[in-house]
Parts: sequence; C-alpha cells; structure tokens
Amino acid sequence: MNKPLLEIKGLRKWYGAVEVLKGVDCTMAQGEVISIIGSSGSGKTTMLRCINMLEEFQDGQILLDGEAIGYEEHPSGRRRKSEKEVARQRALTGMAFQQFNLFPHMSAAQNVMLGLVKVKKMGRDEARTLAEQWLGRVGLAARADHYPGQLSGGQQQRVAIARAIAMNPKLMLFDEVTSALDPELVGEVLQVIKGLAAEGMSMLLVTHEMRFAYEVSSRVIFMNKGVIGEEGDPKEMFVRPRTERLAEFLKTSSFQ
Amino acid sequence: MGYTLNFSAVWRSFDLLLGGLLLSLELAAAALAIGAVIGLAVAFALAGGPTPLRRAAGAYVTLIRNLPILVLILFTYFALPQLGVRIDKIQSFVLTLAIYSGAYLAEVFRAGLLSVPRGVKEAGLAIGLTPMQIRTSLILPLMLRNVLPSLSSTLISLFKDTSLAAAIAVPELTFEARKINVESFRVIEVWMVTSALYVATCAVLAALMRALERRLAIPK
Repeated sequence: MNKPLLEIKGLRKWYGAVEVLKGVDCTMAQGEVISIIGSSGSGKTTMLRCINMLEEFQDGQILLDGEAIGYEEHPSGRRRKSEKEVARQRALTGMAFQQFNLFPHMSAAQNVMLGLVKVKKMGRDEARTLAEQWLGRVGLAARADHYPGQLSGGQQQRVAIARAIAMNPKLMLFDEVTSALDPELVGEVLQVIKGLAAEGMSMLLVTHEMRFAYEVSSRVIFMNKGVIGEEGDPKEMFVRPRTERLAEFLKTSSFQ
Repeated sequence: MGYTLNFSAVWRSFDLLLGGLLLSLELAAAALAIGAVIGLAVAFALAGGPTPLRRAAGAYVTLIRNLPILVLILFTYFALPQLGVRIDKIQSFVLTLAIYSGAYLAEVFRAGLLSVPRGVKEAGLAIGLTPMQIRTSLILPLMLRNVLPSLSSTLISLFKDTSLAAAIAVPELTFEARKINVESFRVIEVWMVTSALYVATCAVLAALMRALERRLAIPK
C-alpha cells in the first residue's frame, strides 16, 4: 500500500481546561474524499483547523505526506515550528471557510493571485492567467474583476475555492462551506466540489449536507464528543449505523 | 467706536503669513510621517504584542495623553539641551509633535486593527502567507480604509497644533502673525486673516481626505 497522504495520531486539543479533541486517530489515502459529520461541539471543525495549524494542538501528531505538521520533537520536548515553516506547511493544504473570508479590498482575480505572487513567487502575469483559468473552472470567468461585495454568497464561496485550489494543495479542507449560503445557492458550490472530487482531489469536508456526504464521499467520519465515533462507507453507515449515537444523529439531521 | 478695518499692513506682510503657513504645513507633514510610524508600531503592540511590549505601549499612550502638548514642547525644547542633545527648535518641535500625535494615532490605528475581521487573517494564513505578509497585504490596507474618517480629524488637529510652535519662536503662521500684529498694531485684521488661513487650510485638508476616502472605497 502507498504511503498515506494524511495521518493523524492521538490528536488532543484543549481550550483552556476543556478538552475538545480527546485522541483522534485517522488515516487518509491520496485521492480520498472524506466527509466529517457530527453535531456541533463534537470537534469536527477543530480537527480540520488543526491540520493547517489554524488551531494549535497540545498532543499527538499530524503527518501530511510524511511531514510532521506544526511541531517538532526536541530533546527538551515538543516545540512549535517557526512561523515561516508553519506558513510553508499551511500552503500544502487549501482551505475554504464557512464565511468565505475573501479579501474584501481585492477583486476576485486578485484574491486568487495573492498567494500565487506572495507565496509561490509567481510573476503577476502568470498569476493572473492562472487565476482566470481557475475562476473559469468555478464558472466565474466573467466576474474576475468584481469585488467580493459585488458577488453573491455562492459566487464568493466559489472564488474562495478557486483561491485555495490555485495554490495546488495536496489536500483540500472544506469547513462547512455551504452553511452560510441561501438554500438556492448551495447547489452551485456543491457542484464545484463534486467536480474536484471527480478529478481525484484529496478532500476533507466538514459538512451538514448529509445527502452530499452520502453521494460524494468515499468515507465518512462521525465525530462524537471529541473522538471518532464511527467511520466507514457512507452507503453502509448511513443505512445501518453501528452505534446508537450515529443513529440518533442521522435521525435529527436532514438525511432521510 | 471709531475702528475702521484697514488691511493694507496685513497685505504688505502677506508673504510672511504665507511663508508661515507653508512652514506650518511642513511641520505637520513631518510630524505626521514620524507619528504615523510610531502610531502603527504602538497600535500593533497594543492589539496583539507580547505582554511587556503591550504594557510599554499602553504606558506611552497614557503618559502622552495626560500631558498638555505645550508642556511637552517646552520640556523637549529646554530639557534636551541640558541632557546634551543638541537639536534646533524646528527639529525639537517636529519630534515633540510626532511623539504627541503618535499616541493619538496609535488609538486610531488600534481601533482600525480591531475592525479587520479575523476570518480575513485566517484566510491569509491558510494560503501560506507569513504574519508579516498578512500585515502588509491584508491588515494595513483594510485598516487604513477603516480609519480614514478619524484620521482626517487627527490630521486637522495635528495641523492646528503646529501653532504652538510659536511658543519656541518657530516662524510658522501664528508666530508670523504675532510679529505683524506687534509691528503694525492692526490687531483685528491680522488675526482675522490668520484665522481665515487656518480655516481655509483645514477645509482643503478635509476635502483632500474625503477625496482619498472615495478613491480607496471598495466597490460594492
């Protein structure tokens, strides 16, 4: 078997005295699409945010393509890597956020270009070409020079996805990317994600869209109270949940 | 009441007033340039620096805001030479005004920094920008747009405060006006014209700042 793309071992995280991740272990292969589901407060978003160090974690290890993320072991103990090194590692993953988080003072194209120019050190012309290409891929070629304030929520989210994908990440992280959208705009964003999945992009999605998780993911992880409660093939899990907790969760969620 | 307004003495010395006004503007510009750097550094320290730095920044802002600017001007001008620092009165005044305005600008900038959404910074981190790149490409441009209205009033205050340089005989507008006043005895005329020059300049500054605001406005 190939070396896994992502390995999470014994991941633990506290906010002050509250333990939100209580030892998460998980392995993901290249090209997998994994949906993380669970009720709010179960730790799914926190887990996702640890993978690109938007959250610090206190114990355990995250390996991306064999590389330890965020921390290194020293004889004197565990130490956070330098800001520069953490920034470099963050660029290995791409992330799309619930609230899109576009840079409001930049056009759609400039949003996509910023990382290419500043992080990938690409020339402006080359970056612009690539930005237009990716904006085209998410169906927004005609909106390249629009500002976030001039775009609908669904369009903003598609720009945000283009911005992340253009960086050519090894792994895409989606954090409830449709939760802030009006229902009629959800479809256009899911369509984009589906397209990326079909092309073999490795993806981890925190989502409340059970139907989508069912259809698109190769695997589903059910987070419950800071640990993985259950995981497996969605076709199997959603129909025959093994645990009481998942059965209950599925009952209260929109999946039927 | 037999006072007839006679502006001829003022017009004869008008170039002195204009020269003074020009110097006032230069003093304000120099103080703003230095004060903005101080203000930015202090604002970043206040908004998220390590604890000792944050305390030091807080102490600076508190100290300066509780000192009358005239006391600060006289202190710098008379005390520094005693300590062996030799600077001329213009440098001394610019330095004082910069330190003074730095404290006010720090508060303006700090409010601006807090107004930048956390999500924007996180998105910057997520694409691999370093904290310094996030400051220069995201936080500063957004913060500056947010603070322009209050920056405008700080800039006008700063310009008006240059009149205090007259206290240490810097030949700016107020100093020149007083000189013409003493030499010509046309008290009312001199101060009327001088006031008009201050008001007109402030109006122009405010208009320029509004134009800048419109230019930098994010399209919606």
